[in-house]
Amino acid sequence: MNKTIKALGLALMLTTAAGGMALAQPTEVRIGVALEPPALDPTAGAAEAIDIVVYQNIFEGLTRVDQNGAVQPGLAESWTISEDNLTYTFKLHDGVTFHDGTAFDAEDVKFTFDRILAEDSVSAHKEFYEPIESVTVIDPLTVEIKLSRVVGNFLFDLGRGDAVIVAPESAGNNANVPIGTGPFAFLQWDKGSRVMLEAYGPYWGEPVSLSKASYVFIGDTATMINALLAGDIDGTNNFGQEALEVFEANPQFQVLVGTTEGETILSTNNTKPPFDNLKVRQAMAHALDRQAIIDGATYGYGVPIGSHFAPHNPYYVDLTGTYPHDVEAAKALLAEAGFPDGFSATLKMPPLAYARLSGQIIASQFAAVGIRLELINVEWAQWLEDVYANKDYDLTIVSHVEPFDIGNYANPDYYFGYDNPEFQALIETLNGTTDDAQRKELAVEAQTILANDAVNGYLFELPQTGVWNAKLTGMWQNSPIEGLVLRDIKWTE
Amino acid sequence: MILFALRRFLGFAVTLLVAALVIFWLLDLLPGDPAQFILGINATPDAVARLRAQMGLDAPAHERFLGWIWGMLQGDFGMSYTQRAPVAELIWGRLGVTLPLSIMAMVISVVVGLPLGILAARRRGKPLDTMVMVLAQTGIAIPNFWFGMLLTLLFAVTLRWLPPGGFTPWDEDSGAALRGLILPSLALALPQASILARVMRTALVDVTSQDYIRTARAKGLTMGEAVWRHGVRNALLPVLTILGLQFAYLVAGTIIVENVFYLPGLGRLIFTAISERDLILVRGATIILIVTVTATMLVTDLTYALVDPRLRERSAP
Amino acid sequence: MNRLWSHPSLVIGLIATLVFVAIGLLSLVWTPYPIEQIDIPRRFLAPSAEHWLGTDNLGRDMASLVMSGAWTSFLVAAIAVAIGVGVGVPLGLAAAAWGGPVEWVVLRLTDFVFAFPAVIVAILITTLVGPGAVNAIVAIGIFNIPVFARVARGGALSIATLDFVAAGRLAGLGNAMIAWRHLLPNIMSLLIVQGTIQMSLGILAEAGLSYIGLGTQPPATSLGLMLRDAQGMFLIHPWLTLVPGLAIVLIVIALNIAGDGLRDAIDPRLRQGNPNVLA
Repeated sequence: MNKTIKALGLALMLTTAAGGMALAQPTEVRIGVALEPPALDPTAGAAEAIDIVVYQNIFEGLTRVDQNGAVQPGLAESWTISEDNLTYTFKLHDGVTFHDGTAFDAEDVKFTFDRILAEDSVSAHKEFYEPIESVTVIDPLTVEIKLSRVVGNFLFDLGRGDAVIVAPESAGNNANVPIGTGPFAFLQWDKGSRVMLEAYGPYWGEPVSLSKASYVFIGDTATMINALLAGDIDGTNNFGQEALEVFEANPQFQVLVGTTEGETILSTNNTKPPFDNLKVRQAMAHALDRQAIIDGATYGYGVPIGSHFAPHNPYYVDLTGTYPHDVEAAKALLAEAGFPDGFSATLKMPPLAYARLSGQIIASQFAAVGIRLELINVEWAQWLEDVYANKDYDLTIVSHVEPFDIGNYANPDYYFGYDNPEFQALIETLNGTTDDAQRKELAVEAQTILANDAVNGYLFELPQTGVWNAKLTGMWQNSPIEGLVLRDIKWTE
Repeated sequence: MILFALRRFLGFAVTLLVAALVIFWLLDLLPGDPAQFILGINATPDAVARLRAQMGLDAPAHERFLGWIWGMLQGDFGMSYTQRAPVAELIWGRLGVTLPLSIMAMVISVVVGLPLGILAARRRGKPLDTMVMVLAQTGIAIPNFWFGMLLTLLFAVTLRWLPPGGFTPWDEDSGAALRGLILPSLALALPQASILARVMRTALVDVTSQDYIRTARAKGLTMGEAVWRHGVRNALLPVLTILGLQFAYLVAGTIIVENVFYLPGLGRLIFTAISERDLILVRGATIILIVTVTATMLVTDLTYALVDPRLRERSAP
Repeated sequence: MNRLWSHPSLVIGLIATLVFVAIGLLSLVWTPYPIEQIDIPRRFLAPSAEHWLGTDNLGRDMASLVMSGAWTSFLVAAIAVAIGVGVGVPLGLAAAAWGGPVEWVVLRLTDFVFAFPAVIVAILITTLVGPGAVNAIVAIGIFNIPVFARVARGGALSIATLDFVAAGRLAGLGNAMIAWRHLLPNIMSLLIVQGTIQMSLGILAEAGLSYIGLGTQPPATSLGLMLRDAQGMFLIHPWLTLVPGLAIVLIVIALNIAGDGLRDAIDPRLRQGNPNVLA
C-alpha cells in the first residue's frame, strides 16, 4: 500500500516534471524557403518570395484570404456593398497600430490606394485596382470605396499582397524595413541568409503563439534535406518532391501535401505558325502523356488539369479527357494540318525544376509523333523579356501561380497571343457578375472554350509539398494565395 | 625595389580600370530588363517604364559609367535596384564570409600541403612518398562540391558535429560563424593542399638535382641540410607562383562551394544579382572580387621579387 | 619507344586515359540506350544485365549517360587546355625573352584576364549567349591562358640566367630563337605538369559549372550535370551521385598519372630514381 502511494507520488512528480518541460517548449520557428525576396515591400513587386515572408505576417489588407481561398475580414471588421455593387463601405478595426507605434486609421487606407493608383505607382498589379474611382474617408474608422464598374472579385483583390495597408510615415522604407499592422514585426534581415520576425505585442487581433520566426534561404533540395535532418530548420512550405521519401517514413517529420494556384502549362505562341492552326494544337494535346509528366516532374504529386483552372476551386470542371493521350490521333491531326512528317520548334524553359524536367519529358513525347523540340534553358530575367514581354518564343513551360487568372486569356496582347472575341465577351460578363451560381456557369464555359481550343498544353496543378517538424501545427496545407501565414503555427507536445 | 613596386602599382591600377570598363560594357549588353524583373510577370508596360526612369536607367552609357567610377572612388557604389540598399553595405556584409572562407582554405592547404610535399621529397621513393602522392592524386581528383556533399553527410547529417550549411553572422555568435565555415573550407582546401604537396615535391626534387646542392653536399652538408638551406628557398619560387594562382581558384571555388553550403558570400551575391538583373550590384561586387584577386597577384609579385632579387633587377629600367 | 615503356606509371595512366577516351568516343556512335530516351516507369532501376549501371530519375540508362558525359567532360577540358597553351605559352615566353615593355604588357594582360574568376566569366557568358558547353570551354580556356603564360614565364626566367642561354645570346641568336631553342624545351616538363593539372582542373571546373547550372545543358549531359540532377536525391538514391562522382575521380586520376609518367619520360633530369608507379 505504502509502495503504491509512493509510486503514485513518483508518477505525479514525473507528470509535473513533464508538464514543466512542456511549458519550456519552443516558441520560435525556423522555416526554410527556396528564394530570398529581393525586397520586402509587397506593394512594389510581384515576387512570390516577398509574400511568403510578409503576407498576413507583417502586412494586412482590408480583407484577407484564408487557407481555403475564402475572403475573411482583415483590418476591416465589416463592410456593406451598395445595390449596384459599385460602392463598398468598410468599418475599420479600432485600436490598430503599425509596428512603429503610429495609429492606423482611414487615412492610411486612402493613402495606400492613392499610392497604388498614382501616376508614378510601382504596383505590379495596378490593373486590379484600376476600377477604383475614389477612396473617401468618412470618419477615422470608416472608409468608402467607389468603383467605376462592377468587379466580381473585388473583395478577394483587396486581400491580395498588393493591397496591404501601409502608412505614409513608413511606406518609403518598406523595401528594407517593412512596417505593417500584422501579428509579426520585422526584426532583422541578414542579406543572403535569413529574415527574422518577432511577435508584435500590441497586435490588435488574436495573439499568436510563436514569439519569433526566421525564414532561412536555402535554394537547393540537398541542402534543405540536410538542414531539416540536422534540425537547423523546423520545416519548409515547399520541398522538392524528388526527396519527399526521406521524410515520409520519418516519425519526426510530417509531410503536408496540398494544392497551389499554379496551373503549369505548356504555353504556346498562338499567333505563330504552325501553332495558329487548331489541328496542330490539338495534335500536341493528344501527344502529351500527362501522367508521365506528373510522375516525372512532380513524383506523382501534381494534379492533372485540362484547362486553365485550379482543381480545388468550386468553379472547376474536369476537362482532362478533352484530348486524351493518343499518339495515332496526334499523327493523324498533324497530317491533316499539312505536317505528315511533323515539324521542328523550340521550347524555352525558365530555371525551375518542374519546367526543366517537364520539358525533357515533353520533348521525348513529342518526338514520338514527329514534333522535334529544341530545348533552350533561359534565366528568369531573359524569360520575362524574350518570352513574356517580346513574345519571341514557340513554346515554354511555366506555372501561372496567381489565383483566378483565367482572365489573362481575354487579353489578346498577353504572351499566349490568344484572340477570341467570344471568350473576351464571356470574361467581361463574368467580371461584371456577382451572383455565385451565374459566375460558376460562366467560369465553366470559359474553361471549356480554352480546353477545346487547346490554347496551351494543360499539364498539372503545381503541388505544395511541405515538410515540417511533427510537433508543429497550424501550417497551411494548401496555398490559395501566395504567402506562408504564421498566424496559427504553434508547437505542440 | 621602390621603382619596381611603383611599376607594379601602376599596372594594378591600369588592370582595374580596364576591368571596370569591360564589366560595365559587358553588363550593358545583357538581355533582360531590371525593371521588368522587379515588377514581374503581370506588370503593365507603363509601370515598367516608370520604374526604369526612377532607377536612372535612361541616361546615356558614358554618363552612367563615369558616374559609377566617380562614385566608387568616393566609396559610393550606388543603390541596389532590387534590394534598395547601398551596394557597398551589401558587399561588405558578404566579404565577411568570402574572405575568411578563402583565407581559412588557403591556410589549411598550406599547413597540410607544404609539409607533406617536403616530407615526400625527403623520403623520395620510399613508401611514405608513395602514400602521400597517392593521397594527393586522389585529393586533386575529387570535385570540391562533391567532397562537400560527402563531408556534410558525415559531419552534419550523421554525426551532427557541424552545421550542414547556412551561416550565423559574426557579431551574433562568432563561434557559430566559424563552425559554419569549417566544412566549406575543408572542401575547398582538399584539392589545393594536394596540388601544393605535389608542386612542393616536384620543385624540391628539381632543385636537389641542381649544381648548388651538389656543391653544398660536396662542402660536407648532409642532403637534409642542403635541401633545407638551399633547396626549400629555391623551390619556393614555383610554389609562390602556384599559391598566387591558387588564390584565384579559391575565390572562384568559393562561388560554387557557397552554393553547396548556402553561405551568404560574395559569389552567391553575384550569382543571384545577375539573374535578377541587379546590374549595379553585379558591377560593384565583381569589381571588389577583381580587386581582391589582383591585389593578391600584386602581393605575390612583390614577394617573388623579395625572395629572388635577380627578378627585381631584371625588371628594373 | 623502349624509353616510354620503362615508365610503368606512364603506361598505366596512358592506358587508363585512353580507355576513358575510347569509351567517350564510342558514345558518339553508340550507347546502350539513347540518352534522350525518357521512360518514367523504368526509373531508379538497380544495375542489371539490361542496364549495367541502372537508370536515373527519368528512366535513362546510367551507363549511356556516363559514357556520353565523360566525352563532354574530356572535350571541354581538352579544348580549354589547348586555348590556354596556344595563347598563354607564346605570351609567357615572349615576356621572358624580350623583357621590358613586352613583359610589362604580357604581365598586365595576364593580371587582367586572371582577375576574372572563371565562374564570373561563365556567368557573364551565360547571360550573354545562354548556358551551354561552349560557355564552359570559353570560360575555362580564358582562365587557362594566364596560368600557362605565368608558368612559362616563371620557368623561363629561372633558366634565362643560366650559362647556355647566355652562350646562345653570345652566338648571336635572336630572342625568338632563344625562346624556341633554349627556353621552350627546358620548361617542357613544367608545362606538362601544369597541363596535367589544368586538364584535370578543367574536368573538375566543367563539373562545377554544370553543377551550378552554367555548363552543359540537357538533353546533352556531362558528369557534372548528372551530379546536379542527382543532388536532391542524394539520401534516397546515393547511387546516382556516386556513379558520376567516381567517374570524375577515376578520369582525373588516370590523367594525372599519365601526365606524371610523361614528365618523367621527357625530362632526363627526373628520369633516374623514380621507381614509384603511382608517384
